[in-house]
Amino acid sequence: MQPDRAETLRDAVGLGLAVGLYGVAFGAAADAAGLDVWQALVLSAVMFTGASQFALIGVLGAGGSPLAAVGSALLLGTRNTVYGVRLVPLLRPRGPLRRAGTAHWVIDETTALSLAAPDRALAGLAFLAGGATLYLTWNATTVVGALGAAALGGTARAALDAVVPAAFLALLWPRLGRAFPEPAVQRRVALGGAVVALALTPFVPPGVQVVAAVVAVALAGRPRRAVAS
Amino acid sequence: MSGTWTAVLVASVGCYLLKLAGLSVPASWVEQPWVARVVDFVPAALLAALVVVQGLTSGDDIVVDGRLAGLAVAALALALRAPFIVVLLLAGAAGAGVHVLTG
Repeated sequence: MQPDRAETLRDAVGLGLAVGLYGVAFGAAADAAGLDVWQALVLSAVMFTGASQFALIGVLGAGGSPLAAVGSALLLGTRNTVYGVRLVPLLRPRGPLRRAGTAHWVIDETTALSLAAPDRALAGLAFLAGGATLYLTWNATTVVGALGAAALGGTARAALDAVVPAAFLALLWPRLGRAFPEPAVQRRVALGGAVVALALTPFVPPGVQVVAAVVAVALAGRPRRAVAS
Repeated sequence: MSGTWTAVLVASVGCYLLKLAGLSVPASWVEQPWVARVVDFVPAALLAALVVVQGLTSGDDIVVDGRLAGLAVAALALALRAPFIVVLLLAGAAGAGVHVLTG
């Protein structure tokens, strides 16, 4: 095997395993939110996009309506549409079947792996190897987390309650750093979203404040003129 | 069918269609400035809202308990560049600690 190929494969499988293990936290959080193991597994197997999965169970767990839960999951899922557009020239999925199959694995991690690969053939390999590893690990660990959490007692349950908000913070954190475009605006939007959600909590049905927090984007995330033009 | 199952299935299919759309529609439809703003910034607003809703609320009430201690510990661990799993374990330990201390 050529060194480039081996390196791409190693990176893809390594990332897939590392991120896939985090499915334990998802499975446990889904159980804490009142979902059964089948519902957690359907989310990991069919939805298969972590932030949306966490958002759906986060809103349902807070007592939110199914509509608010679906809305927050879909809003976070719009990322993947843009990833798909970036991946088409690299992966060139031909025919409706290839396209339908490829679409299922278009997520943060597979996009990053494909874009980082040195050429088109290796981009395809990175997408498949990373996607397959992550998909299998994520689904297996989801079941482990959901079954494990269902067996927990009082103190362990309190630990799990503290893990769920920390998981959202860990998902948010990298977006506020220098690796993302316009980190100062990201921080303003995040702060705005938190303030809006907290301020609305006593007045709106649970979960609605999460979807309403997107107004923070309009308030704090307005493009500067130089950027917009 | 329960509301939870409906939400699970509708959101799952919807998220898949969003992925499929990216591979199917002309790039010019998606590469609009306002779409870029939504994709760049909506996650920050939603995730921050979920942090405070999951960490500080219970129903209509704002509640301070072990979850806030977990968040503080998690923020410190993230600032020190701790790996993901370590962040979650520390947050869980903090939440359990507060639960044991406060009964």
